[in-house]
Amino acid sequence: MLRFLLEGLLRHPLCEPLPPSEAALANELAGAARRRLGRSLAIRAVDAGSCNGCELELHALNNPYYDIERFGIRFVASPRHADLLLVTGPVTHNMREALERTYSAVPDPKWVVALGDCALDGGCFAGSYAVVGGVASVIPVDLHIPGCPPPPAAILSALVRLLA
Amino acid sequence: MPDLRDLIDISAWNFRTGPLPERQASRADWERVGDALERGSVTLLGLWAGAGCVRLALFASGTRHVGLLSYRTDDSFPSLGRHCAAAQRPERAIRDLYGLVPEGAPDMRPWLDHGRWRMEQPLGTPRPAPPAEPYRFLTAEGDSLHQVPVGPVHAGIIEPGHFRFTAQGETVVRLEERLGYVHKGIEGLMRGVSLDRGAAIAGRTSGDSTVAYAWAFAQAVEAALAMAVPPRALHLRALMAELERLANHLGDIGAICNDAAFAMMLAQCGALRETVLRAADAAFGHRLMRDRIVPGGVAQDLSPEGAAEIRAVMADIGRRFPALVELYDNTASLLDRTVGTGRLAPDLAAAFGAGGFVGRASGRDFDTRRALPYAPYDALTFDVPVRNDGDVNARIWIRIEEVRQSLGLIAQIVDTLPGGEVRTDANLPGSARSGLGLVEGFRGDVLVWVALDPDGQISACHLRDPSWFQWPLLEAVIEGNIIADFPLCNKSFNCSYSGHDL
Ligand code: SF4
Repeated sequence: MLRFLLEGLLRHPLCEPLPPSEAALANELAGAARRRLGRSLAIRAVDAGSCNGCELELHALNNPYYDIERFGIRFVASPRHADLLLVTGPVTHNMREALERTYSAVPDPKWVVALGDCALDGGCFAGSYAVVGGVASVIPVDLHIPGCPPPPAAILSALVRLLA
Repeated sequence: MPDLRDLIDISAWNFRTGPLPERQASRADWERVGDALERGSVTLLGLWAGAGCVRLALFASGTRHVGLLSYRTDDSFPSLGRHCAAAQRPERAIRDLYGLVPEGAPDMRPWLDHGRWRMEQPLGTPRPAPPAEPYRFLTAEGDSLHQVPVGPVHAGIIEPGHFRFTAQGETVVRLEERLGYVHKGIEGLMRGVSLDRGAAIAGRTSGDSTVAYAWAFAQAVEAALAMAVPPRALHLRALMAELERLANHLGDIGAICNDAAFAMMLAQCGALRETVLRAADAAFGHRLMRDRIVPGGVAQDLSPEGAAEIRAVMADIGRRFPALVELYDNTASLLDRTVGTGRLAPDLAAAFGAGGFVGRASGRDFDTRRALPYAPYDALTFDVPVRNDGDVNARIWIRIEEVRQSLGLIAQIVDTLPGGEVRTDANLPGSARSGLGLVEGFRGDVLVWVALDPDGQISACHLRDPSWFQWPLLEAVIEGNIIADFPLCNKSFNCSYSGHDL
C-alpha cells in the first residue's frame, strides 16, 4: 500500500487537460448556469432506461484520467442535493414516474442534461410499446450530449462549459 | 429414469454450423423435461415464447449437448417453474409479454409488466390493460422485523431496480428484487427488421456486453444461414471479446473494493480499465467496440498500428496488475469485508445454471468457450478458473484469474492473427430458418436465438442475458448478511438490469 501512496506522490498525475470544445455547445445556457451555480455543480444521474453503456462512460469521469471533481463537479446521492439532473436512456414507461418524481425532488433552479442518443429521441428503441421516447417528452431538457455512448471527454467538456 | 438423450441431441458443432431443426415437444416431453430439471440432470439455457409456442433451450453437461424444444400452444403450457426455480421468472415474463399462462406455476405475479404499457401481452395479441393492481411483495413474519425499500432510483450511477429488504436489526431476513424498470421491448423491436438493424439493437441490449451480444447475434444469424465467416474476422471478434472482458473485470474489481470503502483500488483499476478502452478505441474506433461485429464478419479491420497499440497496453497491464493483486491480498481490512460475505452455495449455482464468475466461484465448471466451443477459442490455450468457496472474495479471485487469462488470450490472438478478408455478405435464406448463438461474455453465457423469414428479415429474436439466472441467487446470498454488505454482494454479482429487463 505504501508503494502505491509513494508512487502517487512522485508520479505525474494521470489527469489530462480539458479536451478542446465541441463548438459552442452550451454557450447560452452556460451564462445562466454560471451566474446561478458559481463554480460548483452537483449532479444527480438517473438511468431512465439506458442499455448501461452511457453509465459506463459516466463512471469513467471519476477515473484518474478525467477526475471530474477537480472542476468542482460531483455526482450526488440525492436529487435534493443536485443542481442538475443527468438523464440517460430512452425513457421507458416503467421508469417514467420515477423520473418525474426525481425531477420534482431537485430544488430550483435546476437544469436537465440528456445524455446519449437514446435520451434525445429514444434512439434505436423509439417506437416500442414500452418506450415513451426521449427525455424531453417527459421533463424539460436544457442540453443534449450526443453519442452512443458519448465519450467521457465529450461529457466532461460539455459539463465544464456550463460552469465556464 | 427418463432419459432426455432423445430430446437433447445437438452438439456444439451442429448448432454452430447450421440452422436449427425445430423439435416439437409433446406435453409428455415437456413434463419429462420438468422432472429432469428438478433432478438437476439438465440445465436450463433459456425459456421464451413466440407466436403460438413456448421455446426451451437445455444443456446436458454429461454429453455437452444442447436441446431446443418448442411446445405449441395458444393459451397455456405446463409450468417448468414448478420443478425448477430458475424457470419461474422467465415464465412470468412469457405471461406478461405473450399472455401464455404457465399452468400450476408457483408465482403468478407479473414480472416485466408494471401495468404501464397501456396494453397487456404486447407481443401476443395486445389488448387494453385493466387498471394495474399494486405489486404484492412476499412477506416475512416474525418479531421486530422492518422493511427497507430501495430504488428504483439508486444513490449511485447505476441502473434502476427495486430492492425490498426485510431486516431484523441489521441482518437481512429476506431480500426481494423487483425488476423490469428498463424494459424497452427489445424482442418487439426485433420483429421484421433487417439484419443490420437487428445487430445494432442486439449490441444495445446490455452496453457493458455489447461485443458479446453482437457476436452471439451474428453467430445465430450465421448458423441460420450456414455461413462461413473468414478466420481473420473470428480472431478479431475474440480479440474484442477479450478486451471487453478485461475492461469489465478491471473496472469491477476496483468497484467491488470501493464498495468496501477501499477507494484506492478503484482509482488504480479504473486507470487500467481506461487504458483498455483507449486501446479499443485506437484499434477499432470505439471505446466499447459497439457495432463492430456484424453478421458475416467484422465491420472494421485491425491495422498494424492498432495491433501494436493493443500489444503495448497489454504489456503495461501485465506489469502493473500483479501489484494490485498483491495489494488486494495483503489488505486485511478489505479481506475482512469480502471473505465469507455473500456466500453462494454450489448446489444453488448448479440448480440455476448460473454462468460466468458467479457460477465458477461456486463450483460450476461451465464456460461456453470450453463447454460449447466456438472458433477461434477451440484453437487457443486458456484455463477456466473454478473455486468452491462462493463468497465475494471468491468471485473477485475468479475475475483476477480471468484477467490473467484474457491477457494471455489477447497475446495469442494478436500473434496468430490470420490474414485475409474480414467480412462476407449474408446470403438470402430462401426459406424460413432459425439459428442459435451462444457466447461467453464477461458476465456469463449470452444466448441469442433468431428466426429469419425467406427474404432475410428477422421474424423473431430472443436474447437471454446471463443475469436471468444470477439475479435470483443474489436474493439467496444476502440472507443472513447485514444490509451494509448488500452493495458489496450486489457489485460482486454485477448483474445487468438492461440485459435482464430487455
Ligand atoms: S445512447 Fe447508446 S450507450 Fe447510451 S443508453 Fe442509448 S444505446 Fe446505450
